[in-house]
Amino acid sequence: MTIAQFFGCALIAFGPPISMFAITIATNPIRTIMLVASSFFWLLALLFSSILYSAVTQLNNALVFGVVFSVLCQELFRFLWFLLIQKAEGGLRKVSDGNLQIVENKHILAYVSGLGFGMISGAFSLVNVLADVTGPGTIGLKGDPHNFVVASAFTSLAFIMLHVFWGILFVNAIHRRAYLQLAYVVLCHLLASCITLMNPAYSVTIPTVWILTILSGVLAFIVAGGSPRTIKAAFSGHSRILQVTTSDGSNPTGNEGM
Amino acid sequence: MQPAASRFDGGLALDDEAAISNNHLQGDGQQDKARQSNRGSEGRVRGEQEQVTRGHGGTRGHTHVPEPGENSQSAGEWKEREEEEEELKYGAQHVIKVFIPVSLCMLVVVATVSSVTFYTEKGAYLLYTPFHEESQSIGDKVYDALRNALILLCVVVVLTIVLILLYKKRCYKIIHGWLLMSSLLLLFIFTIMYMMELLRGYNIGIDWITVSICVWNFGVMGMVSIHWHGPLRLQQAYLIFIASLMSLMFIKYLPEYTLWMVLAVISIWDLIAVLSPKGPLRILVETAQERNEPIFPALIYSSNIMYSTLGMAEPDGNLASSRSRGRQPVQDDTATVGDAPVEGQAGVQRDGDTTRRRMVENGHVAVETVDGDSGFTEEWALHRDERALRRREQVNSHVRHHPPNVEYPQPHPRDLAAEEEEERGVKLGLGDFIFYSVLVGKASSYGDWNTTIACFIAILIGLCLTLIMLAIFKKALPALPISIAFGLIFYFSTSLLVVPFTEQLASEQFYI
Repeated sequence: MTIAQFFGCALIAFGPPISMFAITIATNPIRTIMLVASSFFWLLALLFSSILYSAVTQLNNALVFGVVFSVLCQELFRFLWFLLIQKAEGGLRKVSDGNLQIVENKHILAYVSGLGFGMISGAFSLVNVLADVTGPGTIGLKGDPHNFVVASAFTSLAFIMLHVFWGILFVNAIHRRAYLQLAYVVLCHLLASCITLMNPAYSVTIPTVWILTILSGVLAFIVAGGSPRTIKAAFSGHSRILQVTTSDGSNPTGNEGM
Repeated sequence: MQPAASRFDGGLALDDEAAISNNHLQGDGQQDKARQSNRGSEGRVRGEQEQVTRGHGGTRGHTHVPEPGENSQSAGEWKEREEEEEELKYGAQHVIKVFIPVSLCMLVVVATVSSVTFYTEKGAYLLYTPFHEESQSIGDKVYDALRNALILLCVVVVLTIVLILLYKKRCYKIIHGWLLMSSLLLLFIFTIMYMMELLRGYNIGIDWITVSICVWNFGVMGMVSIHWHGPLRLQQAYLIFIASLMSLMFIKYLPEYTLWMVLAVISIWDLIAVLSPKGPLRILVETAQERNEPIFPALIYSSNIMYSTLGMAEPDGNLASSRSRGRQPVQDDTATVGDAPVEGQAGVQRDGDTTRRRMVENGHVAVETVDGDSGFTEEWALHRDERALRRREQVNSHVRHHPPNVEYPQPHPRDLAAEEEEERGVKLGLGDFIFYSVLVGKASSYGDWNTTIACFIAILIGLCLTLIMLAIFKKALPALPISIAFGLIFYFSTSLLVVPFTEQLASEQFYI
C-alpha cells in the first residue's frame, strides 16, 4: 500500500501542475526563471507568517490566527511580486530575446507566477506527508481518518489550481483597477483556507473547495479573454487564430484544460 | 573503514582543493573578447584596449551593418550599449543552462542521502577536523566547529596559493598531474565506495568481477572525457557526478556544525579570493586570460564547449552551426594576413606563436568565423594593426621573461570555430556545485523536505542574482556568497520557524 499510495497521491496532487509546467513553461527560459522567482516570493510570505505564528503560539487558537494572517501575507507578497514585475518590465523586454509575448501579454506572466505560488505552496503542504507515507508506519490505525493522504492530495491540487487562477485574476484586477475582482481574490483565498479549518470533515471541505476552484477557474478564463469560440479554436489546432482574435491577451494554454 | 578513510584523506585534500580553487563564475563574454582581441597576437589586454575592442566585439554575431564612422567615440559607446543588450538577450537561456546541472547535482546528492543511510551515519571524520563536537553544550560545539572550519580554510588557502604559484611558474605538468590524480581517485575509489554503499543500501548482490569491469570502464571513460576529448554531454555528466561524489564525502565526513561553519567560511573566502585585487582566484583568471588559455577543464563546468581540441572537434559541425547563426565562415587567413606586417615591424619572431600558428595552418581546423564582409572597414583594420602592434610589444617584453610553453599538451582554442561556440557560455566552478549540493544534501539529511525545497529555491535565486550581476559587471564573480547566504538563511529560518508551522498545518490539514 505504501509505495502505491505514495505514487498515487503524488500524481494526484502534482501531476496536473507538473504537466502544465512541462508543456507551457519549461520550454521557455524566462518563464522558468519567473516561476522560480515567484515561488521564492511565496517562501518569503510563508517565512513572515511563520515568524508571526511563532510569536503568538501562546494564544489559544494560534493556528487559526496563523492561517488567516498567512493568507493576507501571501496576498501582500503577490502584490509586491506584481510591483517587482512592473519595475522589471524594461529588463524583461531586454532579456526576452525579441519575443515580446511575455511582456505584452500580461496573462502569461500572471499565469506563470500563479503556478509558481501554487506549486510551492502545494509542495510545502504535501511533501512531508508523502514522505511519511512511504515510511514504515501507516495511517488510520488509531481511529484517524484512513483517507487522510488522498484527501490531502486532492485539497493540495485544488489549492495549486486556485493559486494559478488567483494569480491571473489578481494581475488582471490591478491592471483594470477592478477592485471588486481584487477583493474576490483575497476573500476567496480567505474563504478557501477557512473552509479547510473544518477538516477532517472531508465530505464538506473537498467539494466546497473544488466548487471555489471551478468558479475561480471560469472567472480567470473569462478574464483572460476566453470564450467557447477560443476553446473550439484551441482544440481544432488553430492556435494562431486564438492569438489573433484576442489581442487583449490570449488564454494561456493549460488553462482551458480545466 | 578507518584505514580506508585515512587513505582518502590525502586524496580529499587534493580534490577539495581542486574543486574549491575554482569556485567562481565566469562570463565568457569578457574572456572571449579578450581572446578575440588577441587573435593572431597573444598577449595581455589592457583596460583601454579592451574598451576599444569591445566596441567592435559588439558587431560579432549581430545582424546590423556598422557604419563607416564606427570608430568615433559616440558610436563606440553606442556599440557598447548594444552589446550589453545583446548579452542580456541570451541571459535567460544561460541561467537555465546553469540551473539544470546544478539541480541535477543536487538531485543526485539528495536522492543518495535520503535513500542510503551510510552518508548520514556519523563516526569517521576527516583529518582536518580534529574536533569532533562531542560536547553537549551548543557553545562548545560551535567553538569546535569554528576551529575545524578555520583549519579547513587554512588548508584550502594554502593549496590554492600553491596552485596559483605553480600556474604562475607554468608548471603545467605538475598541475595536470595533480588534477589527474584527484580525478583518478574520485572516479575509481570514490565511485567504488559509492557503488558499494548504493548496493548495500538497496540490498543487491553483485560479484566483484562485474563491479570491477563496470568501474574500470566508467572511470577510464571519465578520465578520457574530462581530460581529453569526449562528447560535451558526457563530459558535463562526469563533472556533475564528480561534484556530487565530493559533496557526499563532505556530508559524510564533516561534523554537523562544522559543515555549516565551513559553508559560511568558504563563501567568505570565495568573495575575498575572487574580488580582492590580490585574490588568488582573480590572479588565476587574469593569468589565464593573459595567456589565452582555458582554465583546467577538470575544474570548471561550462555550459558550452570547454575543452580545446584541434583535431577532432568536428569542424563540419562547427561550421554548420556557425553558418546557421548567420555568420560567414571564412578561411583562416585574416589572422595571418593581418599579422604578417605587424610581425615584420615588431621584428621578434616568437617560437611559441609560430608553433601554434603552424598548427592552425596545418589545417586541423582551419576555419575561422569572422564577419567577413559585414563591414570591418580598412580604417578599423589599421587601428587593429596598431593595437596589435602595441600588444605585441607588451607581449614580447613579457615573453622574453617567460618563455612560452611550447610543449603544453593542449593547444589553445584560438582561431577556432569552437571559440564562437564558446563565446556565449557560462562557466561555473565545480566547487560551487559541490557546496550548493552540500547545503541541500545536508538539509535533506534531517528528513524534512520543506527545508530541502526552501534551500533549493533559495540557492537557485541566489545563482540567478549572481548571473544578473555577472551580466552587469562583466567580470569573474564568486558564485558562492549570495547563494550560500540565501541557502543558510533559508535553512535556519525554515527549520526553526517555518517547519513547526507547516507541520502543524499539514497534520491538521489546514491549507494556506
